[in-house]
Amino acid sequence: MEKMPKWADILLVPLISLILAAFFSAIVILAIGESPVAALKIMVSGALGSTYAWGYTLYYATNFIFTGLAVAIAFHARMFNIGGEGQAMLGGLGVALVCLYIPWPHWSLALIGAVAGAALFGAAWAAIPAFLQAKRGSHIVITTIMFNFIAAALLNYLLIGVLKPAGSMEPATTKFPAAVHLPTLHDILGLVGIPFSRAAPANVAFLVAIAACIAVWALIWRTRLGYQIRAFGHSEPAAKYAGINPTKIIMIAMMISGALAGMMAVNNVMGEAERLVLNAVEGAGFIGIAVALMGRSHPLGVFLAAILFGFLYQGGAELGLATKIPRELIVVIQALVILFTGALDNMVRAPVERVFMAMRRPPKPETKLKAAE
Amino acid sequence: MMDLLTILQILDSSVRSATPLLLACLAGLFSERAGIFDIGLEGKMLAAAFLSAAIAAVTGNVWIGLFAGIGASLALSAIHGLASITFRGNQLISGVAINFLAAGLTVVVAQSWFGQGGRTPQLSGGARFNPITLPFAENLREVPVIGPIYYELISGHTILVYLAMLAVPLTWWILYRTRFGLRLRAVGENPAAVDTAGVSVVGLRFAAVGICGILCGIAGAQLATAEPAAGFVKDMTAGRGYIALAALIFAKWRPWYALYSCLLFGFLQAIALRPDLIEKAIGVRVQVQFLDALPYILTVIILAGFVGKAIPPRAGGEPYVKER
Repeated sequence: MEKMPKWADILLVPLISLILAAFFSAIVILAIGESPVAALKIMVSGALGSTYAWGYTLYYATNFIFTGLAVAIAFHARMFNIGGEGQAMLGGLGVALVCLYIPWPHWSLALIGAVAGAALFGAAWAAIPAFLQAKRGSHIVITTIMFNFIAAALLNYLLIGVLKPAGSMEPATTKFPAAVHLPTLHDILGLVGIPFSRAAPANVAFLVAIAACIAVWALIWRTRLGYQIRAFGHSEPAAKYAGINPTKIIMIAMMISGALAGMMAVNNVMGEAERLVLNAVEGAGFIGIAVALMGRSHPLGVFLAAILFGFLYQGGAELGLATKIPRELIVVIQALVILFTGALDNMVRAPVERVFMAMRRPPKPETKLKAAE
Repeated sequence: MMDLLTILQILDSSVRSATPLLLACLAGLFSERAGIFDIGLEGKMLAAAFLSAAIAAVTGNVWIGLFAGIGASLALSAIHGLASITFRGNQLISGVAINFLAAGLTVVVAQSWFGQGGRTPQLSGGARFNPITLPFAENLREVPVIGPIYYELISGHTILVYLAMLAVPLTWWILYRTRFGLRLRAVGENPAAVDTAGVSVVGLRFAAVGICGILCGIAGAQLATAEPAAGFVKDMTAGRGYIALAALIFAKWRPWYALYSCLLFGFLQAIALRPDLIEKAIGVRVQVQFLDALPYILTVIILAGFVGKAIPPRAGGEPYVKER
């Protein structure tokens, strides 16, 4: 018997976790002598109050959709991919190489090439820890953490060395050619006559992210491979007994995960910066963990949670400009969301389950008699 | 070739870099030997670094700072224990949350208290740990070979460095020569057996997580109050918690090997700051980034089991459920 209805599991529990996280964030804001209500107002107007604000919110959300999907698909195979940060860095390298060294005639072709390059590099970076997990039993969490640091050192080396244009002091590649400039939401919505801020960085990668959500949903719930991944995640011995090859599932799930994390670079490297800079990922790989936990590893949930975190990220940046609250406050909120939706999930869930169990108890005999009368 | 003094200076700074790694590594050792994975070492060190520096700056007394730092680290340990022992949550996710909590809160609170962009004021005098000159160091300095070794390498560290070195035999003794240590190791391998023997699994695991908190607290205080430039800066642990975790795997969860691997990683950090010396010593220019990545690469190789196999405690990461 299910302990509680499905809607409570996918909506109520995350909502309670979110309220708890918001409550403790409010306490932090109060403790540093600021007003939580005023802070929330600034965040809402700064992240949702204009098309410019929406443009930033959706830009950040696009990053988080990709990294959130990456963590989510690994969760389905019961793998914890904490290496989204490194995979997204390598994805950036893939995008930069594709954009710099191939003469693209049109942005649409370049977009396809960049998606492929980003996915390939991200998947390759996830493949080594996946192989070590599948074949040598090395714990995937530790190896992916180590690979984040190795990726950072590698990019640092490349951007100070071979990828830096001669004469430049900045650790970054040259600007990508104009032909690979991706249309922004201003350009796209302008076609159908909707005015949208020209300055905001949200771009066509947002649509790619939505397509990725649909593709992941179809893969997980509508294909044989998705079924195998879920079966493996539920029970490894049962999956083995059913003839599912664990090595194959670990490798494929982790490589799809890495590819999705890498594809984030289409948004931030190709769509926004239009060159590869140091630390381009800015922690989005880690926010993916919070997004996947909050979204219960479902693409729709990931989408909504990514929008929420896009709001927090952009709102937090505005908060840093308008008040004395530093933008690191969003890191605290992010931590609280991970804590309540992930680590303390049982604490939040158990009382809710008890309430539903209590409601389900059969009515007492007297009331039954009364009803009969 | 390099002269003795240069080598000694490098080794001296290796010991200093190794100290916070060693304390954090031993912290992780207690926790993981009891079956609680802890990737929140980084966050606990960071929180302790901030609070120890902040309280030391305000009170002017570094010892009060040290205890405040340990308190901050213990508070995060309590959250980890609550999540992973009491509520049987995912220990890895709890660790990730703790790292972010510390990364965010330290900057937010530092900005609110001191308004210096997430720093504390520089510490000096009684507000920081100062180097201790061991007896006769000055007198023996002129004695060839032994004198400089004693003066440069062994003498002249802060008390926390000596404390960390003492913590290694102490940890060994607790783990392998006391009843508590036996039970602690058992609870990380087979908690059901410990439970059957009538010993509290929850109690032991909380004790281990508590010891982990204390050691991480000292590690953080060492970073912020005992380094040559004392004071807290934003994100000052800079991945040391993860290097400590790597060292723990490298040491295969054993105390003496923890000392050796931390000294090795400390040495790598020390020579990464002097690329000119490496070039002089081996004649090849080694990229600094490669040295930065080397601890992680070595750990992956060890984890892959190509050079000896690192097998973690068997019950690590699994919440204990009394009856199934």
